[in-house]
Amino acid sequence: MSKEKFEAMLAKLEELVHRMETGEMTLEESLAAFEEGIKLSRNCSKTLDEAQRKVEILLHDGEKLTSAPFAGADDEP
Amino acid sequence: MRIEGEVSNLRRPPSGHVYFTLKDTKSQIRAVIFRNPYGAGKNGLTDFAVEEGMSIVCLARVTVYPPRGEYQLIIETVEPRGLGALQKAFEQLKTRLAAEGLFSAERKKRLPFLPQRIGVITSPSGAVIRDILIVTRRRFPSVDILIAPTRVQGAEASAEIVKAFGYLQLFDDIDVIIIARGGGSLEDLAPFNDEGVARAIAASRIPVISAVGHETDFTIADFTADLRAATPSAAAELAVPRRDELLNSLEGLRGRLTEHLRRQLKGRRESFTSLQQRLRDPQRRLIDARLTLDDYSERIKLAAIRRREMKSGELAGLALRLNYRDPRAVIEGNRAALRERRRLLQAAWERLLALQRNRAEGASAVLASLDPTAVLKRGYSIARRLPDGRIIRRAADTALGQEIEILIAEGKLGAKITRS
Repeated sequence: MSKEKFEAMLAKLEELVHRMETGEMTLEESLAAFEEGIKLSRNCSKTLDEAQRKVEILLHDGEKLTSAPFAGADDEP
Repeated sequence: MRIEGEVSNLRRPPSGHVYFTLKDTKSQIRAVIFRNPYGAGKNGLTDFAVEEGMSIVCLARVTVYPPRGEYQLIIETVEPRGLGALQKAFEQLKTRLAAEGLFSAERKKRLPFLPQRIGVITSPSGAVIRDILIVTRRRFPSVDILIAPTRVQGAEASAEIVKAFGYLQLFDDIDVIIIARGGGSLEDLAPFNDEGVARAIAASRIPVISAVGHETDFTIADFTADLRAATPSAAAELAVPRRDELLNSLEGLRGRLTEHLRRQLKGRRESFTSLQQRLRDPQRRLIDARLTLDDYSERIKLAAIRRREMKSGELAGLALRLNYRDPRAVIEGNRAALRERRRLLQAAWERLLALQRNRAEGASAVLASLDPTAVLKRGYSIARRLPDGRIIRRAADTALGQEIEILIAEGKLGAKITRS
C-alpha cells in the first residue's frame, strides 16, 4: 500500500465514521460501513507500521545516476 | 580593461543603451552600455541593471566619442561591487521574479500529507542534513530519504543545485523536496538568491520546501518554494506528520467505529426486547378483560348502593323540611293564636267591665252620699231664697221680711224672715 493513498484512506475513514455517527443507517448499512472502516483502518495502520526507512545518497556512476546507502545516516538506531 | 567606480548621471534613452558617468573620488569618465551588443546572456550580468550611485566593477574598452572629442568607456560586462550592490541585485531579482508571478500563491503546490520519499538538496555533511534526518526519523521513521548532495556556497553551488533539482524529478516516488542550508551572510547565501535556482524550484513538478539560513533570512529560493521553513529542522517537521499522532487518531477512529456499531446493536436489541414485551398472549388479554369486567360490575354495584343511600337521605331531609312546612300545623297554630287572642280579649273585656262597674258603684255611693235628701232624712234642712230658689248659706243672703222656703225630709215649709 502506498503512502500517497494514506491521506485519502484516512479521510475516507473519518468521513465514514462521521457518517455512521450522524446519519441514519440501517443495521445492514452500519455493518457494511463497520467492515469497510475496519479494513481502512487496518490498511492505514499497515502504512504506519511500515519497516525501517531507507536513507540514500545520489551518486554519479560515470554518466549513470545511481543511489547508495547514505553513510551519514549511521546515527540511525 | 577592468575598472571600478560609482555610477552617476545615469540616463536611459529610448534606444535601450545606458549612459552614465563612472567616477571615483579623483576622476571621472563617460560610459555606455550598449543594449545586448552581442546577444542576450553574453554579458556576465546582463540581467543586472545599473542604478544611480551604485558601485560597479566592469570590463570595458576605451574609445573616443568623435563629436565631442572625449574618451568614453564601452562596457562589456558589469557586476555589482560590495555588499550594498549585492543587496541591490537581490532586490532587483526579487522584484522582477515577483512581477513575473513566480512567488504567487496560486503557483504553490500542495504538500503530500504523508510523503513516500523525501528528496533533500543540501550538503551531505554538516548539521543541516543531520537535523533533517533526526527530525524525520523521530516523527515518522519509515519515510525514505534520497539526498542529492550539492555544495551550498561558492560559485558552483547554484549550478549544482539546479542539476540536483533535475535529477530528483526523475524519481517517481519522491513526492517532496527539501532544499536546505544553514545561515550565513548574504554572500554565503548567494546560490539561493540565484535566478537559475529560483527557476529550477518553480519548474519542479515535486513540491519544494525551502529552509535556507535562519529565521530572519529570506532568500529568493524561499520566496519561490511552495513552503518556506525557518530552519532545516522545521522543514523536516513540515514534510512529515507525526506517526504517533496518526496512530492516535486512527485508534480514535477505530474506537468510534466499534462504539457506534456496538451502540447500534444495543439499540436494536433494546427495541427487540421492548417489542417482545409488548407482544402478549391473547388468553391473558381475555383474563385481563374479565378482571376488568368484574372490577367494573363491582364498582357499578357499589355506586348504585351509594347512590340509593344518598338519595334516601336526601328524601328524608326533604320530608323533614316538608313536615316543617305542613299547612295544617300552620292553621292549627293560627287557630290557637286566635283562641288565645279571643281569650285575652274576653278577659280584657271583663276586666274593663268590672272596672267600670266598680267605678259606677263608687260613683253611686258618692252620689248617694251627696244626695241632699239623704241629709234631710238625717234631720238637716235646706233654706232657699224665694223666688230665685237660691240656697241660703249666710244670713246676709236674706233680708227682713223675705220669704224663704225650707226644704225638709218630707215636704217643704214656707217662712218669713222675722229677725236677723
